[in-house]
Amino acid sequence: MFGLDAAHLARMQFAFTVGFHIVFPAFSIGLASYLMVLEALWLRTGRAVYHDLFRYWLKIFAVGFAMGVVSGVPMSYQFGTNWGVFADKSGPIVGPLMGYEVLTAFFLEAGFLGIMLFGERRVGRTAHFLATVMVAGGTLFSAFWILVVNSWMQTPAGYSVGANGQYLPADWWAVIFNPSFPYRFVHMVLAAYLSVAFLVGGVGAYHLLRERGGEAVRTMVAMALWMALLATPVQILAGDLHGLNTLDYQPAKVAAMEGDWETPPQGAPGGTGEALVLFGLPDEAAARNRAEIAIPHLGSLILTHSWSGTIKGLKEWPAADRPPVAPVFFAFRVMVGLGFLMLAVGLAGLWLRWRGRLYECRPMHWAMLAMTPAGFLALLSGWTVTEIGRQPFTIYGLLRTADSLSPIGAPGVAVSLAGFVVVYVIVYAAGITILLRMMGRPPLPGESGPPPGAPMRTAGLVPGPAGQLDPATGRSP
Amino acid sequence: MSTLDLPMIWAALIAVAVLAYVLLDGFDLGVGILFWRERGEAERDVMVNSVAPVWDGNETWLVLGGGGLFAVFPLAYAVIMPALYPVIIGMLLALVFRGVAFEFRFKAASEGGRRAWDFAFALGSTAAALCQGLALGGLLQGIRVEGRHYAGGWWDWLTPFTVLCGVALVVGYALLGATWLIWRTEGELQARCRYAAGRLGAALLGLIVVVSLWTPMLNPAFRQRWFGWPGILLTSPVPILVALVAVLFWRGLARRHEVTPFLATLVWFVLCYAGLGISVFPMMVPPSISIRDAAAPAVSQAFLLVGAVVLLPIILAYVGYAYWVFRGKVGAGAHYH
Repeated sequence: MFGLDAAHLARMQFAFTVGFHIVFPAFSIGLASYLMVLEALWLRTGRAVYHDLFRYWLKIFAVGFAMGVVSGVPMSYQFGTNWGVFADKSGPIVGPLMGYEVLTAFFLEAGFLGIMLFGERRVGRTAHFLATVMVAGGTLFSAFWILVVNSWMQTPAGYSVGANGQYLPADWWAVIFNPSFPYRFVHMVLAAYLSVAFLVGGVGAYHLLRERGGEAVRTMVAMALWMALLATPVQILAGDLHGLNTLDYQPAKVAAMEGDWETPPQGAPGGTGEALVLFGLPDEAAARNRAEIAIPHLGSLILTHSWSGTIKGLKEWPAADRPPVAPVFFAFRVMVGLGFLMLAVGLAGLWLRWRGRLYECRPMHWAMLAMTPAGFLALLSGWTVTEIGRQPFTIYGLLRTADSLSPIGAPGVAVSLAGFVVVYVIVYAAGITILLRMMGRPPLPGESGPPPGAPMRTAGLVPGPAGQLDPATGRSP
Repeated sequence: MSTLDLPMIWAALIAVAVLAYVLLDGFDLGVGILFWRERGEAERDVMVNSVAPVWDGNETWLVLGGGGLFAVFPLAYAVIMPALYPVIIGMLLALVFRGVAFEFRFKAASEGGRRAWDFAFALGSTAAALCQGLALGGLLQGIRVEGRHYAGGWWDWLTPFTVLCGVALVVGYALLGATWLIWRTEGELQARCRYAAGRLGAALLGLIVVVSLWTPMLNPAFRQRWFGWPGILLTSPVPILVALVAVLFWRGLARRHEVTPFLATLVWFVLCYAGLGISVFPMMVPPSISIRDAAAPAVSQAFLLVGAVVLLPIILAYVGYAYWVFRGKVGAGAHYH
């Protein structure tokens, strides 16, 4: 199949399904916390605008959340279908961690999301706010377990190897708080917050441009820009620390991110140090970059916080142990570039606020509209960096990707990949159309909540209106 | 923890999760399968309304079953998924498609759009049921394993036996759906479901007999279990109970009981499931991987058991509450527009 073997196809399938999936959990994590803030502000100040915004985004949250769940179910089967050897060997460690994710997600989704969506009139304000807090906490909890799994695959710790080749838990504490976990968790949660901040800001800017900006729209824009201003620098710092952690545990990944092939000669102080490659075209066959533009010593400053420190270049590893360089190199630049653009938007917002022109400056609104998907794109780029950068391993240093596969031939994997593409494209086109339609309408004073008297599903993955038809009209109420 | 037999506890928990899935999602998949018969828009609305509040909760048991298998029996998970690859993927895609069709048929802007989503709903429901039956048959007939890997081919799951199991499950789910609708609807739709249930019941009973006679032929261990001494003490009540339930089922239909046919069908499913358990135990992946072979080490199983013991009762309470809230007949008014 186009010269692709089963391993490539299985990786493409996982990348495709997880790429579609991860956008929606990020959306849920960020939006749940935003909803918590809105409700807290409403309870504290009593200003209706916060309540309107809460209800407006709550309805959007319900749809995005459902799409996250639907796209998540196949993920839990893919470990077995395409990655059977990985599932067998890592099962004793990864399995229970995923099990906790499923159980906690069920518990919170079955319980508190139902109250959050439909219980506003039934349980009282304080209890409702507590439900919102639990949902926000629950999304973070889910992220916690999933990132534990991913971080353990990046920097395995606390394990022993059994006689049958399985990795066995020796110390759950060390497994869970493995070396890269705290950095990855903080980086991911901030990424989710920024993704939603730019989404909210972009939707607000769109309505300002259409000149139907009421107080709610202005509040939305103002809050999003505060978030951009405050969270982006923290995220850049967190990313830097995460990078230094990666340099300790996965130096080949950092070398690929930097496009760094050679290790500069160690030497006297005042050696050449590491240049920072701004741009280049990595050529893996020749093991060098074409058309490279680099700034001397800046790489040393960023990576080693010294004038002429060095890191190991890719040539220190045999070609079979290097990650694919080009995707890691470019995805890293996309992520960092978007990060600095986000910082610029945050600073511009501060400047305009100071000049009192935040709601009048149309170029700013256009810029914010253009940046609507920026956070999600940066997040997908970041995952591309860390996942492709882990190659050629599934469990870094322990289990090679090529040795992780199920015994399934390329045609089988190709057919199922095609099936996923067809179904996901239909399902997501429909879902995203609904989301865009909802966001294309501005929040109104006295915004309605989810249909109040409508029957609801309370038991499921996704509590929601039960979809019951109105007997009188035969239509959805 | 040393006094607890963790692999058996977990095997029982996962068996219960899978049974819960089959019984619960079975009737709502069955309602989808019956879309092929009931073509009127008003009837379809009532049918969908009858399962709308609960279908999505029913499917959660599939995640608990599948996710649980990976968590505590990773070897079984790593062998079964590749062996049944096409049917597992087919089932997942069918369920995703069906779930979305369910929601979008309410949002469809036009009559044509609604018809298209109805078709997707019927097709997805039927395909999911068929794939599950094929998967069950594929597991029962045995999976070839070498070392710790699946060692069979791409089409091993497709045999006359697995096709028979697939058809049997489609018929069984359709019967669950029909008897559920007898309970939850009234009037003409209920009468037609009663008629359909009689025929589906006869078909299912025939299929149960064929599958039951065929299964012991698949594996000498199954044969020994069913017909050898002392296994026969345990096995002989199963067919007797199936026959007794059949009497209750048809008497219930004839006397126009509303709940009896549904309950009788549920008991049929439980008996068949028990029969499977008798055949397979203590194997997890016949013929070569036992429950103990497949089990993750005790430290892994114990770690997750703590969470399951706390959270499963809460989830069960929630499910029970949801069914209580949505009890009673559904949307008769939908007939009159």
